[in-house]
Amino acid sequence: MSQTGTLMGFVHRRRRGAELFLLVLALAVGIGAYAAVGLGVEGVVPADLVGYGGWLTGLIVAAHVTVRLVAPYADPVLLPLVAALNGLGLAVLRRLDLTYEANGVAQHTFARQQLTWMTLGVILFIAALFLLRDHRALQRFTYTSGLAGIALLILPFLPGIGRNINGARIWINVAGFSFQPGEVAKVMLVIAFAGYLVLHRDALALAGRRVVFIDLPRGRDLGPILAMFGVSMMVLVLQNDLGSSLLFFGLFLAMLYVATERPGWLVVGGLMFGGGALAAYTFVGNVQRRFDIWLHPMNYYPGTSYQPVEAMFGMGWGGLIGRGLGDGFPERVPFAYSDFILSTIGEELGLTAVMAIVLCYGLIVERALRIALISRDGFGKLMAVGLGAIFALQVFVVVGGVTGLIPLTGLTTPFLSYGGSSLVANWVVIALLLRISDQARRPAPRLDPVDDQAADSESTQVVKLR
Amino acid sequence: MNKPIRVVSVFCLVLFMALLVNATYLMYVRADDLSKDPNNRRVITAAFSRERGAILVGKDAIARSVPSDDQYKFQRTYSQPFKYAPVTGYFSWYGQTGIERSQNAVLAGDDSRLFVTRLVDMLSNSDPKGGNVQLTIQAAAQDAAWDGLENLPGDAQGAVVALEPTTGRVLAMASTPTFDPNNFASHDFSEVKDVSDRLNADDRDPLINRAIGTTLPPGSTFKLVTAAAAIESGNYDADSMVPGGFKFKLPQSSTEIGNHDGGNCGGNRITLTQAMEVSCNVTFLSLANELGTEAMADQAEAFGFNSTQLEDLSGQAKSLYPRDMDPPQTAMSGIGQSNVTATPLQMAMVTAAIANDGDVMRPYVVDEVRAPNLSVLDKTDPQTISKAISSSTADELTKMLVATVEEGTATPAQIPNVEVAGKTGTAQSTAERPPYAWFVSFAPANDPKVAVAVLVQSSDTSRNEIAGGRLGGPIAKAIMEAVINR
Repeated sequence: MSQTGTLMGFVHRRRRGAELFLLVLALAVGIGAYAAVGLGVEGVVPADLVGYGGWLTGLIVAAHVTVRLVAPYADPVLLPLVAALNGLGLAVLRRLDLTYEANGVAQHTFARQQLTWMTLGVILFIAALFLLRDHRALQRFTYTSGLAGIALLILPFLPGIGRNINGARIWINVAGFSFQPGEVAKVMLVIAFAGYLVLHRDALALAGRRVVFIDLPRGRDLGPILAMFGVSMMVLVLQNDLGSSLLFFGLFLAMLYVATERPGWLVVGGLMFGGGALAAYTFVGNVQRRFDIWLHPMNYYPGTSYQPVEAMFGMGWGGLIGRGLGDGFPERVPFAYSDFILSTIGEELGLTAVMAIVLCYGLIVERALRIALISRDGFGKLMAVGLGAIFALQVFVVVGGVTGLIPLTGLTTPFLSYGGSSLVANWVVIALLLRISDQARRPAPRLDPVDDQAADSESTQVVKLR
Repeated sequence: MNKPIRVVSVFCLVLFMALLVNATYLMYVRADDLSKDPNNRRVITAAFSRERGAILVGKDAIARSVPSDDQYKFQRTYSQPFKYAPVTGYFSWYGQTGIERSQNAVLAGDDSRLFVTRLVDMLSNSDPKGGNVQLTIQAAAQDAAWDGLENLPGDAQGAVVALEPTTGRVLAMASTPTFDPNNFASHDFSEVKDVSDRLNADDRDPLINRAIGTTLPPGSTFKLVTAAAAIESGNYDADSMVPGGFKFKLPQSSTEIGNHDGGNCGGNRITLTQAMEVSCNVTFLSLANELGTEAMADQAEAFGFNSTQLEDLSGQAKSLYPRDMDPPQTAMSGIGQSNVTATPLQMAMVTAAIANDGDVMRPYVVDEVRAPNLSVLDKTDPQTISKAISSSTADELTKMLVATVEEGTATPAQIPNVEVAGKTGTAQSTAERPPYAWFVSFAPANDPKVAVAVLVQSSDTSRNEIAGGRLGGPIAKAIMEAVINR
């Protein structure tokens, strides 16, 4: 952690122009897709294209200007990636809306609501960048945010506001608005883990004994990992949500490993989660059934595996280049607008688009980890790793689930799926990453050369920062 | 902390690579298998919404797709539904039968022979169109066959097959009772399901194409095969003296079988031609008994028994001549009873082979496959399956069958100025059920243009041998006239 800018003599460029150029491309994707939806489904360019495009452009420009003003050194690639994904997601939701409307489905304004949520997300993004000038300020809220995170996870169990939707108890309902507190909780937990680990990493890292090339941690240091394991299992068993459980525990393990640099933690954690999952498989009937559906989906069609099998049919039907927007049957897949939005994209835009989207997510993760690499402070490193890991795990779990790589679990596809909590939380995640990267890429504080002679003669040493 | 971050990066790379590989596997490698899954409604809906090609008889489209203004864009219509239903089958949301099924790839436009058309459609961004299928059916022959079956007295069930002996082209194929494929092509799926349930529950099996899907004892028409085996053995010709008389005592049994009219066929020793003319049971029982199971089975298989030959239609039943019959059963098989069963198509093939100098031709219904612009992509070539009998045997049999029409049991099939060869048959399965009337014939005898087999299962068929001729003869005659006068 002694690395400084002066040591390298290297100063990052701001690259705001590059960001603007990439944003234009991203907007072309979003608005172009919206126009293509109108052409494909209704045969005409949507009448509200100008209004819609203007609104989207306004939001993106506002975000870009904010970055220029308060985070000029921030990573130039993240915002365009997010803008492209969000824009594409809106267009695909619009495409589903049109079909739902034609088929007389009651709910067919997902795109409009998503645009509202995106507006809120961008406002929070701007607010976060303006208010949070230094991410290290968050370190002060380590335990507060940890407690808040746990509280948010427990909220769905409270009678009155907790809702069980589609077999998973991960929703709360307040004043007519449904909300998934878990989406916010994961950001809180990243802050809490980062704050805790940056303080205790030495104790966790150094104590322990060596067993066959692997440094195993001390028994008494297992406390936090046990606590997190408990929380994950609670999520798994009580909320019946394997995806979130895997997400939280994997996130914690990744951050623990990065903080301590000890692979032993991965072994311990991996075994614990494996054991827990095995126990859940053995004792919780629902988990077993899900696993079996994953292995033999065709045996359960058209019963419990209707959704994944229809998604597979859809994506296979889409093939290499897709059927074209408006020419598929994405409405055959239940929840095509949320968890299964990728099957809609696969069916109508093909393998090409699915790959492009996975690559976009991959780039987001890559940028997050790059920010972690160049960040100058441990807290920032850990936060960036945590946020990147959340993204990677969430994308893996949901895309893997939809394409049949792993058993299906309910998680939203970041920035694509319909869902206010997820979208807003993810915009804040991006704001945090940009904040850390701004700090990391900014030229290091200049240490004024101090005259050795004077230093020796002076009784007090003055270090001038900035 | 940078080293573990790099490890985490590599791990994330592995995760994303796994996603990309799996997506490729699902959407590219497995795509074909998924499209073929019978549960895959997307593929079915897309096929259902396509401009499907027409099925043509002569220049008329008996099945074609016309634009409709609902979500499926095209409606399949059948212009002469009942007459052609056994051949065309139906095309419904739930599946297809008949030519609609066997030629589905062509009609839907997926066939590889339509590749160029598909490419042009794709490049010009127009909706893909299906190719057309030209049938071998002759409209006049089919009309005659259908009218004949329709005009049968009472609650008749029957089937007709007419073949062109020299090629194996199916000139007519009709079955009754039948169904209206338009009901199946409806876009009102609950109605389709109702119709389907009702027809499936019907005891009279209207969905079965009896011409190829029903096997019954061929009765006296099988005497053609017995006579063929006898002449092929080298010991007999049309004028050979064979046993006649009132009764034949079955081997290893005390059962005695008489003739259909209780007579003696005109004496204890009669010519083979005379035996054929009067359809003498005693003669053919003793011939089959003398020839044995092996020779009889070989002859039957040479005519196509124990296998299926028509490749253009599904739902074929296999005509059987079992090789494990005991001597009394073998003797009974000589008159088309015991365990011998045949489809009308099989009996038409036997007749056509006799007409075609002994060569059995593969029957076929699909004449040509055409692109949407009607250019011919493929034409079926006639194909010889086997040489069932020598051409001299065929000549002997023809002589006998001509005599049978001229002065025997098959007189109803006589056509003025045309030499007709034919044979009646009445078969019974059990004593309680009414017998089946058969009639097989071909004409003109010297230059055969058409071979016909008619099967009638009717409640008011008498047990008399003449019945086969009375019910089936006029139908066969009408079809032969339609083909010859064309």
